[in-house]
Amino acid sequence: MTMFAKTEHNVRCYATEKRWKALFLLMTALLILPVLVILTLLIVRGGPAISWEFLTAFPIKGMTEGGVFPALLGTIFLVSLALVFSVPLGIAAAIYLSEYAPDNVLTRIINLAIINLAGVPSIVHALFGLGAFVLFAGFGTSILAASLTLAIMTLPVVIIATKESLQSVPHAFREACWSMGATRWQTIRRIVLPNAVSGILTGVILEVSRTAGETAPIMFTGAAFFLPFLPESVYDQTMALSLHLFVVATQVPNVPEDLPYGVALLLIGLVLTMNALSIGFRIRLRNKKKW
Amino acid sequence: MSRDALVDTTKKQDEPLNKEELASGALAIQATDLNLWYGTFQALFDVSFNVKQGLVTSLIGPSGCGKSTLLRSVNRINERFGYVRTQGKVEVMGHDIYAPKVDLTQVRSQIGMVFQRPNPLPITIRKNILFGYGLQDSTKKIDSQEDEIIEKALKEVLLWDDLKDKLDKSALDLSLEQQQKLCIARLLPVKPKVLLMDEPCSALDPKATEAIEELIWGLRGEYTILIVTHNMAQARRASDECAFMLMGKMVEHQRTEDLFVTPFNQQTADYIEGKFG
Repeated sequence: MTMFAKTEHNVRCYATEKRWKALFLLMTALLILPVLVILTLLIVRGGPAISWEFLTAFPIKGMTEGGVFPALLGTIFLVSLALVFSVPLGIAAAIYLSEYAPDNVLTRIINLAIINLAGVPSIVHALFGLGAFVLFAGFGTSILAASLTLAIMTLPVVIIATKESLQSVPHAFREACWSMGATRWQTIRRIVLPNAVSGILTGVILEVSRTAGETAPIMFTGAAFFLPFLPESVYDQTMALSLHLFVVATQVPNVPEDLPYGVALLLIGLVLTMNALSIGFRIRLRNKKKW
Repeated sequence: MSRDALVDTTKKQDEPLNKEELASGALAIQATDLNLWYGTFQALFDVSFNVKQGLVTSLIGPSGCGKSTLLRSVNRINERFGYVRTQGKVEVMGHDIYAPKVDLTQVRSQIGMVFQRPNPLPITIRKNILFGYGLQDSTKKIDSQEDEIIEKALKEVLLWDDLKDKLDKSALDLSLEQQQKLCIARLLPVKPKVLLMDEPCSALDPKATEAIEELIWGLRGEYTILIVTHNMAQARRASDECAFMLMGKMVEHQRTEDLFVTPFNQQTADYIEGKFG
């Protein structure tokens, strides 16, 4: 026996170690399993429904045949317009909160409010949008009202993501700039923003994918059950993929079984593509950083 | 020219200072009755302190004695904390830097500062050197003098031979010693009169420390250098004058060789003997 030989205590420790490791592995597997099942099911059932016609044609025969083109286009419109409102506003607010705001009670209340706002259920945003944009502002149920509602919903997350990536830029860089006589804006413009942009982009793109799947906020504010034509302005209603999925899955009789799966696959494909893009961005831009 | 030829450290203590302003003993920094509070905590008590032009003056004292605070009130970088209150007067090159008409960005760009940890910006070496210079002049697009400015600044900090072929590499790829030298180089294009250094060698190994000390000694004369250090050997080796602070008060300020050999004050004597610190 050497002085480094395994004792009984060690043996017990290793056994415990093994059991815990197995448990954690099992939990991870349980997490991944549903995702795999959903994806497999969607691809197997929905795959055959996807075709060029499906992507480019209007729904016909009471939405039981044809394509989803207006819904796909509508989702792209809604999300893009929402971003036009929320991204500049969100980034500007985050820059103020992270770089300019003094650390006082008011700032803390604002920060807390933003975090809480991010947790507000989307149906509440929907009702707010209905009251504020559709009725009060008089936009009616329209792309504009729906996009603004989505924008309000995404704003807190854009602010939080932007703030986090601004704050991940080391403070020493700011101090170096200030000590050379740079103003705050010169510091932000030349050093902080260029190094935070990867995080901001990632946050924004992830938010896009979440927004694309939202149904409640647009249901009352601008998305239509069915439209035989494309919207002509932001004051028109539009179809949207998420609502279309809900409609063909639950509201319309005699829909072929594969159709809702096809719509779901398309929606998930859209979201996953955005996410992959975001991860790609993150990796590319992160590799350039040196700290 | 080799580094040794540029900076001969062996005769630094008795080398006569040849610049006129040195002989005149003109003051570069003149702090009078300076009091400073962080919130309710008073960090400086009636500090009066003069730094002669062209010399290297070191500030020593135990942690928390206020030496960094004093240094940081000379370019008002302290004020980035909203809760700092300053009372008294600090004149740099005869101009009161706390006067109402003084512009903060002008103060900071003309009084250079070097930090404890080298903090080059995450941009190229070239852009690092031009950064401070560019801040002061938004009109220039392509400046034919840029190359000249870079070469001059890098030569002054003895980096030109090492870096002349990689000016467009990221400054963060450099060694710590090179980074710290670059941090000094980027201050020079705006032609500052005063350089403040807050423990510039404390993140460096002994060899790099020696190189930075040599560099500081080489910059003496053209620039007035005020340096905070924890390292008493460094203060002794590489400064003309030395000031000892304790509990926010200026205890003693003398020529370095005198302070270390015949300090007036018992507390100074105890500190330099290592009885506390």
